[in-house]
Amino acid sequence: MKQRLVPDFTLLALALALSVFGIAMVYSAGQTDVVTRVTSLWHKQLEWFVLGLIAAYLASRASVRMLDWLTPPVYAVTCIVLLLLVFIGKGFGTGASTKSWLAIGGFRLGQPSEIAKIVVVLMLAKVLAARRDAPKSLLDLWQPALVVGIPWLFIMLQPDLGTGLVFIGIFFSMLFWSGCSWQLLVLAASPGISLVLAVSTTIWGAWFLILIALVVWYKPYVVESAIIIAANVVMGGVAPLVWEKLNPYQQRRLLVFLDPGSDPLRSGYHVIQSQVAIGSGGWLGKGFTMGTQKRLAFLPAQHTDFIFPVVGEELGFVGVTVALVLFLVLFLRCVRVAGRATDSFSSLVAFGLVSTWFVHVLINVGMTLNLMPITGIPLPFFSYGGSFMLACWIAVGIEIRISGEGRGKADTLVI
Amino acid sequence: MNFHPNDVQRRARVASGILFLTIVFLTGSFFRAQVLQHSQYALASEKNRLREVPIPAPRGQIYDRTGAIIAENIPGYTVSLLAPGEDSLRAALVRLSGTIQLSDAGIETVVKRFRRNPNRPAVIFGDASFDLVSVLEEHRIEFPGLIIQSAPKRYYPDGPAVAALVGYTGEISEIELGQKNYSGYKSGQQIGKAGIEKEYESRLRGQEGVRFVEVDVRGRVVREAGARDDLSPEAAPPLYTNIDLDLQKFIVSVFGDSLQGAAVAIEPKSGEVLALYSAPSFDPNRFVGGVKSSYFDSLMADKRRPMYNKVIEGRYPPGSTWKLASAITALEDSVVKLEDHMPTPCNGGFQYFNRWFKCDGGKGHHGSLTLAQAIEQSCDVYFYQLGLKLGISRLVAGGISIGSAEKSGIDLPDEMTPVFPTAPATEYYNKRYGVRGWSPAVSLNVAIGQGENAQTVINMARFYTAIATDGQAAHPQVVRGSSEKERLFELDSANMAGIRAALAGVVLRGTAAASRIEGLMLAGKTGTAQNGRPEEHKADHAWFVGFAPADNPKVVVAIMLENGGWGARSAHIAAAIIQHYLKATPKQLLNTEGN
Repeated sequence: MKQRLVPDFTLLALALALSVFGIAMVYSAGQTDVVTRVTSLWHKQLEWFVLGLIAAYLASRASVRMLDWLTPPVYAVTCIVLLLLVFIGKGFGTGASTKSWLAIGGFRLGQPSEIAKIVVVLMLAKVLAARRDAPKSLLDLWQPALVVGIPWLFIMLQPDLGTGLVFIGIFFSMLFWSGCSWQLLVLAASPGISLVLAVSTTIWGAWFLILIALVVWYKPYVVESAIIIAANVVMGGVAPLVWEKLNPYQQRRLLVFLDPGSDPLRSGYHVIQSQVAIGSGGWLGKGFTMGTQKRLAFLPAQHTDFIFPVVGEELGFVGVTVALVLFLVLFLRCVRVAGRATDSFSSLVAFGLVSTWFVHVLINVGMTLNLMPITGIPLPFFSYGGSFMLACWIAVGIEIRISGEGRGKADTLVI
Repeated sequence: MNFHPNDVQRRARVASGILFLTIVFLTGSFFRAQVLQHSQYALASEKNRLREVPIPAPRGQIYDRTGAIIAENIPGYTVSLLAPGEDSLRAALVRLSGTIQLSDAGIETVVKRFRRNPNRPAVIFGDASFDLVSVLEEHRIEFPGLIIQSAPKRYYPDGPAVAALVGYTGEISEIELGQKNYSGYKSGQQIGKAGIEKEYESRLRGQEGVRFVEVDVRGRVVREAGARDDLSPEAAPPLYTNIDLDLQKFIVSVFGDSLQGAAVAIEPKSGEVLALYSAPSFDPNRFVGGVKSSYFDSLMADKRRPMYNKVIEGRYPPGSTWKLASAITALEDSVVKLEDHMPTPCNGGFQYFNRWFKCDGGKGHHGSLTLAQAIEQSCDVYFYQLGLKLGISRLVAGGISIGSAEKSGIDLPDEMTPVFPTAPATEYYNKRYGVRGWSPAVSLNVAIGQGENAQTVINMARFYTAIATDGQAAHPQVVRGSSEKERLFELDSANMAGIRAALAGVVLRGTAAASRIEGLMLAGKTGTAQNGRPEEHKADHAWFVGFAPADNPKVVVAIMLENGGWGARSAHIAAAIIQHYLKATPKQLLNTEGN
């Protein structure tokens, strides 16, 4: 017997609203006093949006079972493509310094890393759903870690710090959704935290004491405890060495995050001009397409990474709030979808996809106000970029499918 | 995964809470930046996009006493360049030098101006010709940031005739920018550099306007106008002077090209300066907007010193014109009367101990003279004895009280202080020559206007305004305005009339008899002063200071001819000037109350 699915119109409407808003901003981003190639990019973005709608429709027609079945081979192919990119990838656009583009015969097909985010979510969901219980010890985490770790490694070799960060975000949020205790998550994340805090010996020392307390409280296996503590010591001590290994531009970006005023005309320039654009918008902004920071090219990458300051400058605090609330409602809706899912795989996929968006929004919007380091992460539905638009809408299609298969009626639920 | 519905719901609540709080936090951060710190960022954004292009204000016009123009403004152009940084400015200038003539030194000057005010367009040409502007307009598209601004340009219709008086304008120098009285000024602005233009800079300056142009991130001008409302420049009000331009031009014609010296005409009762001329002169119009070095060098190389204002900067031994100071001091102290004789008559000189002091005034000997006659004949022997009678202390004190040691106070810049002994005189000479290094014989020299005595022409003219009136003299005033009067000496009216009669006698039958004019009572005193540089073997300087009519003086004229040879020559010129002035209908000051 064939069951007819009721599409989740609320979710669809939210995604459509964000996309229309986003394309309008890409159009505005092209309205500069000195005409550049950005001026006509909104046409292309519109084409990708239409392509995204088709892809979303197709994704929503595919059953979750079919996705489940397709996941391993797709994951394998994705890993191979990412590995190939390390050798044949091309740099372009805002990703000029990374080898993130797949090109055949000089024709750029797209950035596979955007699709890879979805594939990793699917594969991780499959691995976690296969377990009866949530991982309880670090040893239980080896499988999920491997699923995320392999593509993460290839991405970091491109090197694409931003996408790498997104993968880490996906990993931890899906572990949380699978039922891992927060103590375990903190212990798993502790070496990374040590690395960041190693900048200051005092702060790192304080963190290390907290970690010891946590180990005593959570009581993992002795071997595990030893590994965790050793890993933290190594990261705390190795950090300066890692720092030496970073590319100068990566070092600069991190330093600028710590102190944007240090070199305002060079590295800190992006952040400062972004803040000026946002701050000068005021309550209602300077008017659609009228932003002077953007028009006169003071704002860099105004159609990709720094598209949100255009919203802030031209539509003001009101426009920013509308965009952020649209995102919030979409996120809460997707969490609901994950909560209503009939099986653990679809629940994990639904949550994994929304957490991917969330990490993007948090880092992208955060960096425009200097709350996050500049990592070159696009804003879902807004930033210009074909592969990303396509990936976002495939994710929307999957979410709609899972919503339709879920318990209860989608349209009777309040977000 | 743990898929118990209760656990899933709990996790969904935690996740929703985290999402909600994160978005609230982000929204709050935007509220802080966009609403609370809006003004600060809005200012930063305006600073990014707007550049101020100054619109120079027209300087105040300068008029003579009848409303004739001394200085006005004509249309001109300035060319400047707006650049985001020094490197791009330099690059643009180098490219510009391919289109127009621009030397390396010129480029450095522009870069220096830019460093002073990076946010203002750096001035390339303060006074660009129409031809240059049209060439630049053709190539404008190649030079974003190039700003061609129409700017009022200073023009002096009578040029060299008024140079000593009005001065000229020029770009403010690095040194002046550092001075306190130019604190509001910016690099590239035009200021008064000499004369009235300098003295009355604050009244002539006006209020500079601002035009806002919009630039992009590379400093390219995107919009020339309308970015923000312009601030219009405010012209300065006109400046009315006491100058009689007709008389001024007559004086210039009398001096011609050959004579070298100074002339000043003053209305004695008010101190109004009617004319002031220093010959030879220069063309102030060639200084406006930057003087060509070839012209400036030729002026500086000229031995006749055209750039040197001989009326207020030149100091010359006053010679016999100073005898009036000795005479008046003696009369004031009642040492002599006008009709008194001296013990020794003039026989061509005076023996004082072992030194022979000769009398230059007469053709042999003057014989025994009264004070009035001694003034007429300019007899040195009489004044030698008068000097001895007064003594050095009283001579010097009298000289100081008639203003021989201080500036006349004319409202022009760069006036020099005369050279004169300080009081008490004995202390001055002790210090200068040692206690045994001098004798009472200095009185003989001082009494006839020699020794440590060098006066400016304007200072001597001022002294004679006091003789022409009642012993009081105003500070000479070029620009209209009240001038304070000062009493230089006090004599009763009989003595005043006697002195004036004696001075009239100078022209009637005395040393300036050749300059006698029918139907006009001219009074005055000649003087011949040794050239300060005897190695040049040039003739002495010739003085005449006088006034007319003798019984009711309307004008005081002082003439000093460098290397003029003989005072009578100056008297001749002064007579012509006075005749011209008095023959013409006396000019009343233009009524400017309506303005």
